[in-house]
Amino acid sequence: MAIFDDKVRKQIGDILAKLADRVNLLYFTQEMECGICKETHEFLNEFTSLSDKIGLVVFDFVKDRDKAAHYGVDKIPAIVLLDKNDNDAGLRFFGLPGGYEINSFIQSIFEVSGLKEPLPAKAAEALKKIDKDIHLQVFISLTCPYCPAAVSAAHRIALESPRVRADMVDAGAFPQLAVKYNVSSVPKTVINETIEIIGAEPIEKLIEAAAKA
Amino acid sequence: MEFKLNIGPHGTDDRVVPLKEDVLYDVIIIGGGPAALTAAVYCMRKGVSTGLVTMDFGGQLSDTSTVENYMGYSYITGVDLASKFREQVQQFEIAVVEGKKADSIEDGREKKLRLEDGSVFSARTLIITTGKSWRRLGVPGEAELTGKGVAYCAICDAPLFAGKRVVVVGGGNSGIESAIDLAKIAEHVTIIQFLAELTADKILVDAFSAFTNTTVMYEHEVVEIKGELRVESVMVKNRATGAVSELDAQGIFIEIGLIPNNALVKGLLELNEFGEINVDCACRTSLPGIFAAGDVSSVPFKQIIIAAGEGAKAALSACEYVLREP
Ligand SMILES: Cc1cc2nc3c(=O)[nH]c(=O)nc-3n(C[C@H](O)[C@H](O)[C@H](O)COP(=O)(O)OP(=O)(O)OC[C@H]3O[C@@H](n4cnc5c(N)ncnc54)[C@H](O)[C@@H]3O)c2cc1C
Repeated sequence: MAIFDDKVRKQIGDILAKLADRVNLLYFTQEMECGICKETHEFLNEFTSLSDKIGLVVFDFVKDRDKAAHYGVDKIPAIVLLDKNDNDAGLRFFGLPGGYEINSFIQSIFEVSGLKEPLPAKAAEALKKIDKDIHLQVFISLTCPYCPAAVSAAHRIALESPRVRADMVDAGAFPQLAVKYNVSSVPKTVINETIEIIGAEPIEKLIEAAAKA
Repeated sequence: MEFKLNIGPHGTDDRVVPLKEDVLYDVIIIGGGPAALTAAVYCMRKGVSTGLVTMDFGGQLSDTSTVENYMGYSYITGVDLASKFREQVQQFEIAVVEGKKADSIEDGREKKLRLEDGSVFSARTLIITTGKSWRRLGVPGEAELTGKGVAYCAICDAPLFAGKRVVVVGGGNSGIESAIDLAKIAEHVTIIQFLAELTADKILVDAFSAFTNTTVMYEHEVVEIKGELRVESVMVKNRATGAVSELDAQGIFIEIGLIPNNALVKGLLELNEFGEINVDCACRTSLPGIFAAGDVSSVPFKQIIIAAGEGAKAALSACEYVLREP
């Protein structure tokens, strides 16, 4: 069964026609695919077929455990975004970026492809001062209209700073993590296991919070 | 699988430019809902230099599942309508700041608009279209436990309450819609209603009545939300007898209507008893050169088509002001 209907397929195709540089996606799944892994795989096959500027390489979470470890992939389904030179800026999607989250997925791909506005000077400066490793986990639900903004902000920071990694985590696909991090409202961003931000905050606030982590 | 595509900044043929601090604009519009976006199109077509400052594009449209009363569409999702509005705005070379909150206004011949990040923009006229947001209860525990069981967006957060006991505050349309969403997955849903009956449309009340895992407490109000790290219980008071009781709950959804986003202009512009900006029939506020439109204004009835129409009117009033007062 097709993942996209004709209208959405055409819309996404039109958007992706404007990509600049190539973007390479890595997809981690496993041989006996779980329901959502299978669906995510089909989604990525269809999605990447809509542009010749997006590559897709599939890894097996178990057999390719070196790769998984290298990219810090500790759960599946996982999507890693690499730029045209296969550089990893630390952008991850855990779960299928459907529902509203298709928007953050497309936005992050565009930014990795080089199409982005410069960060405001103050934000860029504050980000440069961060001198430790930062891990942002943004918990979302696919029915949440505010969540893509939180994911995009976190991904944007990761893209700008070599010290930052940012994950989208679908609370619906990883309920045990939602329990572990006490997620009862989305978006919720957990920074280095210690700081929690509830709601979509502007990028400046996120950088400020990360600096305190 | 559904995809709620809401094409982002690189998606459209957008000609938007950044808003600059060293330019004096003819008009700056604050907001990104139907009123703001309509005003933007009118200003750009009139050829005045225009800026738009908004936290998001769409406003309340982003919270609306379907719209069936905006002319030209017998049925459209809120998200689709919002992205059509946005596309129409982005055909113009309008100056935009997105994702930031306007914090304060300094009046004068040149009006200064300060944003939360400290940047300051100048314009000869302002159009305030900041709309409305969900009303808070204002009881102990609410602020502390927001995001820890206290929730305002049922479509976002309902899935996180599967198998739990939840309370919904409010018996209007949004309260009953949330209660229905929750009753499908929660262990039990209790509605706390201030009045002696539900005020939601009959069709919703009927759908709600079909569930058996629900209770409605009429003439009750929430007085406190308790919990250490997360919501554990909700204290409710019987408005007739004054008796207070404690309900076990892991979640509480607050659906008690909307309040105008007037913080930006409090103390500056005249407001009515509901906190809405007083406007005359040309969208003029109590200060010359400052206009207001849509849900944040005193215009009766809060609807998309009304907000859009008022936005058009405010834009034309502002353009006229710019031409008249050089
Ligand atoms: C659940 C729901 C369902 C609805 N269904 C319908 C319907 O079917 N039909 C209908 O006609 N109407 C409906 N409405 C009402 C309709 O959505 C509103 O009347 C309309 O959106 C008002 O538009 P607005 O532009 O005045 O304000 P809003 O839509 O509230 O937009 C306000 C904008 O201002 C921005 N903003 C606020 N403060 C600031 C600040 N300080 N700085 C920068 N930006 C700021 C916000 O981010 C937002 O973009 C519904 C409303 C809700 C909540």
